[in-house]
Amino acid sequence: MRLLGLMFAPGFFSNAPVHTALLVGGGAAVVSAVVGVFTVMRGQSFAGHALADVSSAGGAASYLLGLNPLVGFLGMAALAAGGMEWADVRDARERDLLTGVMLGAGLGLTALFLYFAAVTGSATGAAITVLFGSMFTIPASIVPVALAIAVAALAAIAAIYRPLLVSAVSEDLAQAQGTRVRLIGLVHGSALAFAVALSAMTVGAILSTALLIGPAAAGLRLADRPGRSLAIAVLTGLIATWGGILLAYDSYYWTPGRGWPVSFFIVVLVFLAYLLAGLLARVRLRGVRLAAAQPSGCGQH
Amino acid sequence: MFASFMANAWIVATMVAIVAGIVGFFVVLRRAAFAAHVLPLGAFPGAAAASVLGGNELLGIVAFSALGVLGISQLQRWERREVATALWLAVALALGTLFLSMTRRYSQGVYALLFGEVFGIRSALIAPVAVLGAIAITATLVLFRPLLLDSLSPELGEAAGTGRGRIELAFLGVLALCTATALPVVGALMVFSLLVGPASAARFLSDRPLVALTLSVVLSLATVWSAIALSYLSNWPVGFFVGVLGGVCYATGRLRQRGGPVPAH
Repeated sequence: MRLLGLMFAPGFFSNAPVHTALLVGGGAAVVSAVVGVFTVMRGQSFAGHALADVSSAGGAASYLLGLNPLVGFLGMAALAAGGMEWADVRDARERDLLTGVMLGAGLGLTALFLYFAAVTGSATGAAITVLFGSMFTIPASIVPVALAIAVAALAAIAAIYRPLLVSAVSEDLAQAQGTRVRLIGLVHGSALAFAVALSAMTVGAILSTALLIGPAAAGLRLADRPGRSLAIAVLTGLIATWGGILLAYDSYYWTPGRGWPVSFFIVVLVFLAYLLAGLLARVRLRGVRLAAAQPSGCGQH
Repeated sequence: MFASFMANAWIVATMVAIVAGIVGFFVVLRRAAFAAHVLPLGAFPGAAAASVLGGNELLGIVAFSALGVLGISQLQRWERREVATALWLAVALALGTLFLSMTRRYSQGVYALLFGEVFGIRSALIAPVAVLGAIAITATLVLFRPLLLDSLSPELGEAAGTGRGRIELAFLGVLALCTATALPVVGALMVFSLLVGPASAARFLSDRPLVALTLSVVLSLATVWSAIALSYLSNWPVGFFVGVLGGVCYATGRLRQRGGPVPAH
């Protein structure tokens, strides 16, 4: 009991903002991890990050107009994802450039909206909230919408699981199998927009990349089979997010009166998990090599 | 617009535009837009750290740019380039969030660091920016041939004896220098627009490297100068104009290319 008391600072389980943060953060972590595995496999990490940053323009706009921030983040992310799929640029260099230019223009809009918000005085500190997130100030009214979005994104991925996997490994193979590659890309793009909007709300637009890429990279490093990679990614994301929330809550008691940022703890945990996955993968590889080097029954190789 | 308090803005922004135009040419060629986005953004925690510790802001930025180069190249040993880049971004920004939470007086500074503050440039900044910029340009020119060769045809570069890893490291180093030059002026998020927009348009306009490089610098200068002028007239943030004009550059280049002859890939 003493240990539990040390781990969970008083009031952790009865605190309403903490409940909201656990729910929305958990949802964001699971969706980001699942979508992230496919995003990394498809080589779209940059696009994922760009979507998050561009969605911050929507977040800033909703602060300005007094809208629900989720509407802003989601609307802008969907717009950008749709635009990128619509442009349908195949050449890798061209896609890189288009993503970059879109990212620049989106950030320009963010700058403008944040400037308006500061001038009209409608939101102080909007820049920090939009870009770096503020998990404990999420309104409880958002929970049902946020969870619905999470479920929708997961359902979309589940519906196209097989073809998505094949096209992530080889687009040509998927095409040969009769998969409509563009449709798969479009569905994945929408799920990506959902995931990014959710995590932009929680850990902030800039850091949502950590939830998208970190757990996925850990999962892909540790396991060869996609199912296992997905499971590891989801677990990593959930543990890091909930652990981060717990540590941030506890930190109010370490340094009296001033909490440490949630995003910091989440990213640190994600990165530690990634390093650990690398270590485990290396140890296992060595084990496999040792086993292969052992003289076996047939003798010659 | 040309009053004496604006002199610093014009001088420093011009230097930044030239450096960004040159380095941006290689960013586009090497498909390194993500790295060009992440190095500046990952250097901004350096400024926040300097504010916490009471050190020199530019020194913090230079230190974190260097850390970024090391971090990305270390992670690249384990991961694909873009995944490594994304992971570094997460780590650097997490540190940034921590530093920011330690200083309360910094909220205004954050906006300036991310989106740029051209009009408040102190004269003391001119000399360091000029030195850093000069080093960046010199390094790019010295590396010009191996960089070009490696970017256009890795196999040829390999055959000519330029190691891939070393070239990539050197390129990231140049990018970091450019970051440190431009970040205090146009902001962490806008360095990137300046690196990618003009250079991508230049590539559409000419196939010859030297012509494209020159065009890239010219377009970069035009972008920065018009952004400052528009920002001065409208009072809107300069970052907005840099971002949008970068997009306009790219779109114009693309439309022109579609109308004219298509370069063979």
